[in-house]
Order: sequence, then structure tokens, then C-alpha cells
Amino acid sequence: MISLADFLIVAAILFGIGLAGIIINRKNIIVLLMSIELMLLAVNTNFIAFSYFLGNNIGQVFVFFILTVAAAEAAIGLAIMVVLFRKSGTIEVDKLDLLKG
Amino acid sequence: MTAIQIIFYIFSSAAILSALLVVASNNPVRGALSLVLTFFAMSGIWLLLHAEFLALILVLVYVGAVMTLFLFVVMMLRVNVVSLREGFVRYLPFAALLALMIIGLMIIVVGPKQFGLTSMPVPIAEAADYNNLADLGRVLYTHYAYPFEIAAVLLLTAIVAAISLTHRKPYRRKTQDISKQIAVKRGDRVKLIPMPSAKKINLTGKPSGAGQP
Amino acid sequence: METHLLSIAVAIALLPLTGALIAGLVGKQIGRSATHWVTIILIGSAFLLSCYLFADMVLLGHPPEEGVIYNWVTTGAFKFDVAILLDRLSATMLFIVSFISFMVHIYTVGYMAEDPGYTRFFSYVSLFTFSMLILVLANNFLLLFFGWEGVGLVSYLLIGFWFKRESAVAGGLKAFIVNRVGDVGFVLAIAAVLTYFHSLDYQTVFSHVTSILGKTLPLLPGTSVSVITVICVLFFIGAMAKSAQIPLHVWLPESMEGPTPISALIHAATMVTAGIYMVARLSPLFEYSPAALSLVLMLGATTCLWMGFLAVVQQDIKRVIAYSTISQLGYMAVALGASAYDVAIFHLMTHAFFKALLFLAAGSVIIALHHEQDMRKMGGLASYMPITYLTFVIGALALAAVPPFAGFYSKDAIIEAVHLSTTPGAHYAYWCVLVGAFVTPLYIFRALFLTFHGKKRYESTVYESPWVVLVPLLALALPSLIAGGILIGPMLFATPRLLGASIFVLPQHDVLTALARDYHGAKLMALNATQTLPFWLALAGIVTAWLFNLGCPQWADSLKKRLSWLYKIMLANYGFDDFNQLVLVRGSRRIGEFFYKVSDLIMIDGVFVNGSGRLIRLFARRGRQIQTGYLYHYALIMLLGLTVFLGWFVLRV
Repeated sequence: MISLADFLIVAAILFGIGLAGIIINRKNIIVLLMSIELMLLAVNTNFIAFSYFLGNNIGQVFVFFILTVAAAEAAIGLAIMVVLFRKSGTIEVDKLDLLKG
Repeated sequence: MTAIQIIFYIFSSAAILSALLVVASNNPVRGALSLVLTFFAMSGIWLLLHAEFLALILVLVYVGAVMTLFLFVVMMLRVNVVSLREGFVRYLPFAALLALMIIGLMIIVVGPKQFGLTSMPVPIAEAADYNNLADLGRVLYTHYAYPFEIAAVLLLTAIVAAISLTHRKPYRRKTQDISKQIAVKRGDRVKLIPMPSAKKINLTGKPSGAGQP
Repeated sequence: METHLLSIAVAIALLPLTGALIAGLVGKQIGRSATHWVTIILIGSAFLLSCYLFADMVLLGHPPEEGVIYNWVTTGAFKFDVAILLDRLSATMLFIVSFISFMVHIYTVGYMAEDPGYTRFFSYVSLFTFSMLILVLANNFLLLFFGWEGVGLVSYLLIGFWFKRESAVAGGLKAFIVNRVGDVGFVLAIAAVLTYFHSLDYQTVFSHVTSILGKTLPLLPGTSVSVITVICVLFFIGAMAKSAQIPLHVWLPESMEGPTPISALIHAATMVTAGIYMVARLSPLFEYSPAALSLVLMLGATTCLWMGFLAVVQQDIKRVIAYSTISQLGYMAVALGASAYDVAIFHLMTHAFFKALLFLAAGSVIIALHHEQDMRKMGGLASYMPITYLTFVIGALALAAVPPFAGFYSKDAIIEAVHLSTTPGAHYAYWCVLVGAFVTPLYIFRALFLTFHGKKRYESTVYESPWVVLVPLLALALPSLIAGGILIGPMLFATPRLLGASIFVLPQHDVLTALARDYHGAKLMALNATQTLPFWLALAGIVTAWLFNLGCPQWADSLKKRLSWLYKIMLANYGFDDFNQLVLVRGSRRIGEFFYKVSDLIMIDGVFVNGSGRLIRLFARRGRQIQTGYLYHYALIMLLGLTVFLGWFVLRV
């Protein structure tokens, strides 16, 4: 049988991959946003696994809301990216160093 | 190996592989599509966890709406594919190592020692007429009605924000601005320039008399 | 205020203060005439009241009174009051100070008649009188110090009165600074008194002197000095500056830059005697410290003789009298050192009269010659200014100790007292004061002959000074004639002496009682003067002065040429001024420059102030390079931190 630990390990791996995607990605903001979605997905999986094994469906309710928020955040993130592309003509993360000290 | 285990391993490896593809892909379209595949695989795993409603919602809403949005945007932005290649591998080993360390640490925390089958046994299967949707709904609209409403407002806010962010002013569009038209003054439209009347020039060279046409 | 005598004493002190305030604040508005009338009336009333007090306390023997005017400071265990001690010594000093001040006020009307700072001068003189009176009336060290500092301050103001003259400003500064050096000793002495007696009241301190006799202080590690000696020596350092003993005498010649009335008031009769008064007042302390008495004796003797020599070579008439003042202060110090405090105060009183007289007479000469002070440009004035001449002669005879003038009695008493004294150094002091008895008439009669006799060495016509100037001269000439003879008996040889319990003398030091055995009255003392050595020395001095200046002046010139090296040394004030300038002034300047350049500019500004700024800028410049602006860098750092934290948290378990 599959234990809780297995589900959690899968989620952890997905989370790590998403994290790596944020860091090693240099050329594409879209990949950044997609990595964020990956991390959210991993967290959601965690919640659902715990909800199943603890027999409490509060985890699923929380995932419901996380999905909502994630969708909203993705939409706004993309909108910002569109405006950014209009202004600077590029979506390379390399070129976005206006906050340079 | 039970069927569930096989399903679990297949779906989880698919998810992990496509996640790697998302991160490592050159082409953003490919990346987006890999993400779609990841979502599908995870949806399958959620089904294993008896979260039917959410698994379906994942596919419908997340893949169907959010990823579609992603693909729209990706295709709308004319991205220079060639330049995406370079500069990828400079600190890839270090970051990969770091990510592996994080994953390792997390696995230690949530590993089989704490959450294995001995400490967290598989729960008893529910009755045959268990309705996940009804179960969720029972809780959602009563205990969590308040967060539900807030989530709705949140979505509204997101709509407003997204639209107002990307909305462009009318560009090269000729429309009337009635208030400006009414507020016009005579001085904006008409300007009187006093000029002395022109002297008559006699082309024959003789001086002109007064009042000659 | 309990009794009416104390109220009178307070009134005596406050009347000149009122005059000073009126003259200072509204003097210009009410005009010169009103100013001088107001101040003169006030100081005159103070003088009359002090006469009354003198008569009551000293002549009629009223017991001493003490009273608190108000409580100044109460901190913890210490309580300092503005309080007055009225006894025979302070009544005597009150009388002297108010009399001389009154005379000077009247004299100023004539002397400063054409000066634009007329009202300011009156204000300052009255203010000085107030400070001096407070000094004399104080019953604790703190109020004494207040008066001490007050007279020092007003002295500075008055020496630099003609502030547009650079030499006057320099003179004022020098006086103040040298006085300050003495004040360091004074303050240390007050601190020592406070530490060992836990009170600054005279009576408390005097009654507990015997309890600290055995205590010692390790001044240098390994040595131990008696506490009472330390206290007395420190007080005497203060007195050295105020009363111009060597080596803190350097300010008094320069103080002649001030107008003559203040030279008479401050630098002849009152401020310079503050040191002498203080030592006399502290006689209960000094009596128990033979080392301090010895120091006073020897310093006084040295001052008296060597400064007398310097007076012989001066060209400025005021400087002659200034050096004479320093020399006479040396005499008073010698008397103090010989434990003959009453003699010192007696000489203080007679000296106040005839020295003020001499200064005012010199001032009369100066204004008659339109502010000419160089004696080489005077001569033959006796026929033009008879009254001035007469008063100057009286003053000179009193100073030279010719009987029956006042100076004869007091100076002779000093010489005899030193002869009988057993304080270590008395032999040297006796020799010094004897030679001084020759030198004193020498210089003063030299000045007299150069100024009033001989050929006219100036061009302008000379008239006698106005009556406003002459009345004080005559008023001062009278006591110079008779005060000595009248007062010597009651003051020195009666039992009890005039100053009574104000002075305390240990029986083994009591020279006056020993002297009293030989005293048979003033008249006899005068008549038997021809049998004493000082009288013949005085005569010899007068004759020598006549010889070198009127009789055969070419001897003076040839002597000057033969001993030109000595002449140069004496003109340079034995090198005291040069030493001060080279070592102290330049030394302090160099130290100041060093501290400025090295510690201030380099260390504090460079290292601490600017350096810390530069350090921060350095760190900031390196530090801001972390902000690359790239999101993925930030995320990497966050991840790194998270990993470290998580790793430490997880793996330590």
C-alpha cells in the first residue's frame, strides 16, 4: 500500500523542481510563473494527502481556496507580464535589473 | 504490486518527468504543454486520494482556464526563441544541488519514519455511496461560507486588476469628447490679426494717387 | 540680621554696589555730574558708617558679631551661606578700604574729567569697592573667594579701561591670567579645607585646627607632607598672585596701564593687600605650620629687596611707585612670616595711606603735564605745583621710614620683629629688610628729585591741579603724618592688642610681646630713632639719591656704563617676563597646536568622525553589490538561507 510518506515525497520532489525552475531560469518569465504553479500544485497535493489520511475534509476545502487564489494570481501575473512586454519589448529576466543597487 | 501502486508509480513518474520538462524546456509553448501534462498526472494521483471533485476541478479549471490563459499569452508575445538557449548552464549545478538538498531535507522531515504506514495507516474506505462533492459542499457553504465569499471577491478583484493593468487607452481612434466640445471658447477657435491695408503697387513706376482702384 | 551693627556692615557693602549699578546702567542718561554726585555720596556714606563701626568695634571693644544674610547653597552635608563676620580685623579693613575708595572717587572727578568713559569708570570703581568689602566681611572661604574673584575681575576691567590701547588690554589680560594662576592654588586650598574640616566657615575651621595637626598627605609617592602645611602653602599661592610676591608679581608693573586713580586704589591700597589680609585672617592656620611661615618669610624678604632694586632704574614715575608697592608688600609678607600679624596689618594701613598719596600725587603731576609719565621729561615742578610737591614729600618721607611719619613706626616694627623671630630664614629676612631700608628712600627720593627738582625738561606751561584733585591729597597726607604715631601703641603693644582675638599667635612665636618689653611710647621711639640702624640707612638712602640725581648726575651715568650688564638685567625685570613668555606662553601655544593638529584634526576628525563615515561608505559600496536586481538571484539567496536553516533545524535533532 501507498503510505502517506510516498505522496508527500512526490509533492516534495515537485516542489523542489518548481523551486529549481525559479532559480535557474534566466531567459523567460513565463517559465517563472509556471514554476510557481508547480509549487502550488505540490502544496495542494500535500493538503489532499493529509486530508485523506486524517479523514478530515478540511484539507480539500483549503485546496479549493488555494486553487482560486492561484488562478487569480496567475491571471494578474500574466497581465503584468503583458504590460512589461509592451513597455520593454522583452521577457528575459536577465534584462530586468532596474532594482540594481 | 497492487493496481493502485502501479497507477501511483506511473502517474507520479509522469508528473515528475513533465515537471522537469517544464523547467528545462527551451520553447515556452513546450513548457506550457508539459505543465498541462503535469496537471493531468497529478489529477490522477488526487483521484487515488479519493478527492474526486478536486481532481476534476484541477483539470477543468486549472488546465482548462489557467493554462489556456498561459498559452494565449505565450503565443501572443513574440518571443525570440534563439536567445533563450544561452546562459542557462552557468550555475545550473549549484542550483540543482541546492534544490536537491532542499528536497532531501524535506524528505527527511516528511519521510517514512514519521508518516509511514505504521504511524499513519490507510484509512477505512468510505461507504459506497460516499459523495465527495456533497461532502465538500456540506462543509463549504456552512462552516466556510465566509472564506467562500471572500474568495469570490478576490476573483472579482483579480478581474478588475487584470483588466485595468492591460487596458490601453484608445489609440488613433477618433471619437467625440462632448464635454470638451461644449467647453470650447471663441478664443480657441478664432484669432483676429490686425493688419494694415496693403499699399497699392504701381507696376509702371508712377506714384499712385489716392483712391484709385 | 540680628543686630544693628551687622545691618550697618551689610549697608556699607551694598552702598557702593548701588552706586556701581546706577553709574553703570543709567550713568550715560543722568549725565556726568549726577553720576559722580551719586557715587560719591554713596561711598561717602559708606565711609562714615565704617568710621562708626571702627569706633564701636575697635576703639570701644564691641565683641565680634556673625550673621547670615541668606542661605546660598545646601547640598547634602555642606551648607554655604552668604554670611558676615564683623570683628576688629574686618572693621579695620572696612575703614581703610572705604576711606581710600572715597578719596579716589573724589580724585577721579578731576583726573578723568576729559575722558569719554567717565560714568563707566565710576561704576567700575564702586563695583571694586563692593567686591573688596565683601572679601573683607566674609565669614567663610567661599564668600572670600567670591570677593577675591570680584576684585580680580574689576581690576582687569579697570587696567584695560582705555581698551583701545593695545598695551592696556595686554596689561589687563596679564593681570587676570597671573591672578588666575594664584587662584588655582586658592581653590585647591579651599578644596583641602573642605575635605579635612567638612565646612568652609572660619570659626568651624579655626576651632578644629588642632584636630588635624597630625595628618599628612603623600604629595609625591613616598613623601608625606603635613596637611596643614599643604593648606597654608596653597592659600599663600593665591596670596602670592594677589599680593604680587615673586614669582607671581609680573602683572603689577603692567597694571600701570590703567588710570592713576585705580593704581592708587587697587594696586596700592586694597586689592594687593587682600593677600596679606587673608594670611592675617588665617593666622590660626598658619601658626601651626612653621614651613608655611618660613616660606612666607623668605619669599617676602626676597620680593622686598629685589623689587626694591628694580624700582631704582625705572623711568616711568608710576612704575617706580609700582615696584615700590611690590617691595612694601614684601615687607608685609615678612611681618606675616615672623608671626607678627598685627604689624603686617599696621603696615598695611600706613602703606595704604602713603602709597595712595604717592600715586595720587604722581597722577596730579601726570595730568598737569598732559599725561606725560616719563620722568626724563619732568623736572623742576616744585615751584609750579607746591601742594602736590608738599604732599609728595610727605608721602616719600613716610615711605622712607623717617620719623615721625607713619611709615617709620610700621617699618621699624617689622624690622625689629624679624630680628627677634625664630622662624627659619629669619636671619636672611632681617638682612633683606635692612638693605631694603636703604633702597626704599633711594628710589623714592630719586623719583622726587627727578620730578620736582632740577632743570625743566619739558616745554608746556604747568599749572597746579584743581582743588578736586588736591583735597584727596591733603586728606591722605594727614594720616601719613600722624596715623603711625597714634596707632602703634594700641595696635602692637597694648594688651590686648587692637586687633584682639582676630589674630591668633602661638606663644612660642609671639615676637610682639617680646618687643613690647622695649616699647616705651611712640614719642620716645621717634626720639630714639637716631640710635637705630634703619634710621641711618634711610638717611643714607636720601643722601645717595640726592647725590646721584641732583648733586653729581655724571656719577649716575658713569655707573650705568660701568655696570651696563646689571642695568640690562634689571631693566628686563630679572628675566621673569622673558621666562614667562618663552616657556609658559610659547609652551602652551605649542601644546595647543599639537593637540589641535594631531589629536583634533587627525585623530578625532580624521579617524573617528570622517573615518567612521568612510568606513560605512566602504561597507555600503561593497554591500550594495548584492542587490543585483535579478529576481532569480534573490530567490537563490532565499533558498540558500532556507536550506541552511532547515538543515540546521532538522539535522540537529
